[in-house]
Amino acid sequence: MNHMTEIVTRISGVNPRKCMKCGKCTAACPAYDEMDYHPHQFVDMVETGRLEELMNSRGIYMCLSCFACLERCPRSVEPAKLIEAVRLAVVRQQGRNHLKPEQIPALLDPDLPQQAITSAFRKYRK
Amino acid sequence: MQKIGVFVCWCGSNIAATVDVQAVSDALAREPGVVFSTNYQYMCSQAGQDMIQEKIRELGLTGVVVCSCSPRMHEATFRKACEKAGLNPYMVEIANIREQCSWIHKDKLSGTEKAVLLGKAAVAKVHLNTPLTAGESPVTKRALVIGGGIAGIQTALDIAEAGFPVDIVEKKPTIGGKMTQIDKTFPTLDCAACILTPKMVDAAQNENINILSYSEVEAVKGFVGNFTVTIRRKARFVDETKCTGCGLCTEKCPQKKVPNEFNLGLDTRRAIYIPFAQAVPKAAAIDPNYCTMLKTGKCGVCSKVCTVGAIDYQQKDELLEREYGAIVAATGFEPISMDKFDEFAYSQSPDVVTSLEFERLMNAAGPTGGTLLRPSDGTHPHTLVFVQCVGSRCDGGEKGKPYCSKICCMYTAKHAMLTREKYPDTEVYVFYIDVRTPGKNFDEFYRRAVEEYGVHYVKGMVGKVVPENGKLKVQASDLLGGQQLHIDADMVVLAAAVEPDKSARPLATMLTASMDTNDFFTEAHPKLRPVESPTAGVFLSGACQGPKDIPETVAQAGAAAAKVIGLLSKDRLTCNPCVARSDELMCNGCSACEKVCPYGAITYIDKEFRGPNRTTLLRRVAQVNPAVCQGCGACTVACPSGAMDLQGFSNAQIMAEVDAICK
Repeated sequence: MNHMTEIVTRISGVNPRKCMKCGKCTAACPAYDEMDYHPHQFVDMVETGRLEELMNSRGIYMCLSCFACLERCPRSVEPAKLIEAVRLAVVRQQGRNHLKPEQIPALLDPDLPQQAITSAFRKYRK
Repeated sequence: MQKIGVFVCWCGSNIAATVDVQAVSDALAREPGVVFSTNYQYMCSQAGQDMIQEKIRELGLTGVVVCSCSPRMHEATFRKACEKAGLNPYMVEIANIREQCSWIHKDKLSGTEKAVLLGKAAVAKVHLNTPLTAGESPVTKRALVIGGGIAGIQTALDIAEAGFPVDIVEKKPTIGGKMTQIDKTFPTLDCAACILTPKMVDAAQNENINILSYSEVEAVKGFVGNFTVTIRRKARFVDETKCTGCGLCTEKCPQKKVPNEFNLGLDTRRAIYIPFAQAVPKAAAIDPNYCTMLKTGKCGVCSKVCTVGAIDYQQKDELLEREYGAIVAATGFEPISMDKFDEFAYSQSPDVVTSLEFERLMNAAGPTGGTLLRPSDGTHPHTLVFVQCVGSRCDGGEKGKPYCSKICCMYTAKHAMLTREKYPDTEVYVFYIDVRTPGKNFDEFYRRAVEEYGVHYVKGMVGKVVPENGKLKVQASDLLGGQQLHIDADMVVLAAAVEPDKSARPLATMLTASMDTNDFFTEAHPKLRPVESPTAGVFLSGACQGPKDIPETVAQAGAAAAKVIGLLSKDRLTCNPCVARSDELMCNGCSACEKVCPYGAITYIDKEFRGPNRTTLLRRVAQVNPAVCQGCGACTVACPSGAMDLQGFSNAQIMAEVDAICK
């Protein structure tokens, strides 16, 4: 397993090898048209180690973190978690955040799930 | 002192690669009582067995230890070999140095060390072994088949053909099972009813077959060859022997709003009903949940119109007790519930149906008389979307099943093909993950759907279905085309996963037959004993053992019947002599063993014992019926006074083994 794949799978806790390539994630994705790579492709790219392409893609910031893919995946691969892990890997690699911690409280929406809040802030001003 | 021979097997490289067989035979040669110790490439081969026999004769061995594979594999082989050489077969012990040593250890040193320990334990046990003689038990020459679908019918027909009487217990008012609800069968497209109903009639007319419809198994006692089964004959409130099946009552019954389970609730039936035209037995039954007479005491229309006086509102459930030599489980399958798959809008739109419901919508005896119409508005659908693997191949715990349901690829191809053939103005899409069509003429069939009938097969899954303005908005992925598809469909058909019938789990408990985590019955060996349960005398037929199509079910049903016939053609069965025995002098009559015995093998008797000064004492002591005892050993653990012991596995023998290992 290549180094970045290992980092991404460790952060997400997802095993991309469980994917049986049914494409239900992509079929459920509401942001499909905005993405250059689609959820089932994310999973495949992580598994085959094509992470550089993925980390440079705009598609990962188009993910709404709506969790439809995670909810419907029959194999519990949970692409939304993988995408979040890729975003995190990008942030960590660059060593800088796009948002200062003190800016966060004003932007909080308490009704959103925690990961959606986190990923929304991760995308902020990107 | 015993004279023990030790024979260490290499099992080719299976054992020898991880266990130093020479070191094992050398170490065991130094054990007390061991007069001969060797190792050989294949102990189970004829040459290996000859060697054991030769040494028994030459050295007068009184005990044999074979260090080899699991006793489940070859214990019987070695026992038979030793018996031929004049040694009591129960003087043979197996030390499992393959499954328990070489296959689980990577390190040769630790593998060898454990093999030596297990060998020493076996030698220690043989020192305390006593020759045992197996008893015999009679065989009741009648079989019970539980479930009257195509699997049960075929098994019963084949057993009856061999001349043995068979009872079929079916919980529904008619036999026939799921196949009665199927319209056409793949890959030949012949009508399911046309090939099934003659078999149902055969079963009804066969003198050796007794059909107990609308009945369920309530309790099972006994053991192979001697089962006693309690069967509940549910009250159908119609005398089956008088009813002619004329159907007048089912036309006159005023309660018209009962969901018709034969058509999966797509239409209604009356409270008194005959499930379908070719039902066997062709006798009506009253549904007590809907019958006004049974609920309020006012009505009685059916009894007034019945010309033969078959209606009996006073009928009660009856309990039958019958003896059988063999039991066949043929409880079949059910499609899973679609409750947990809201993304396909099954609960929101009547136009989203399961594949079995689609069978009814295509069938001439179905709710639409065989014309495909949308359940919501009765219009002709133009765009149909079939979704495969709904609930199959899921890893998400409770939501779906981890296995492939096996039959869906073929029946979906059939549905798609039939739709296009009958209605060429339709567009038919099939969304698949993989198309799995192994089987004779199966792949050709699927290709015909694509090539001749123009069915659109799309690699990908449907993500969501939204009912909107009378249409079903289908959002799906086309993975090969690299696009997200949006289809306005008129109907969506879900290929729901199959699961074992709900009655299978309680039945398995009654039969003490094992099941897997999905509630399919487990076979005695996945390759070599596929139609037998590990529980002696219990056999498996059809989809209760795993998802299966009709040809496979019929083949397995025949195989199960062959096994039953083999059993029933014996007059007596050899019992296992390794059963419990009570030492009457030590028994204090506490009944602890009687309470824990799962087989009812222990009874208490009052017995006279000689006391001091020529007196007699009357004491209550335990007695074991060796024909019923299965040798589980529960009583030996429960007995507080140490009176119970298991022959062949006595407490002293077990302790000697433990001592040998811990020394």
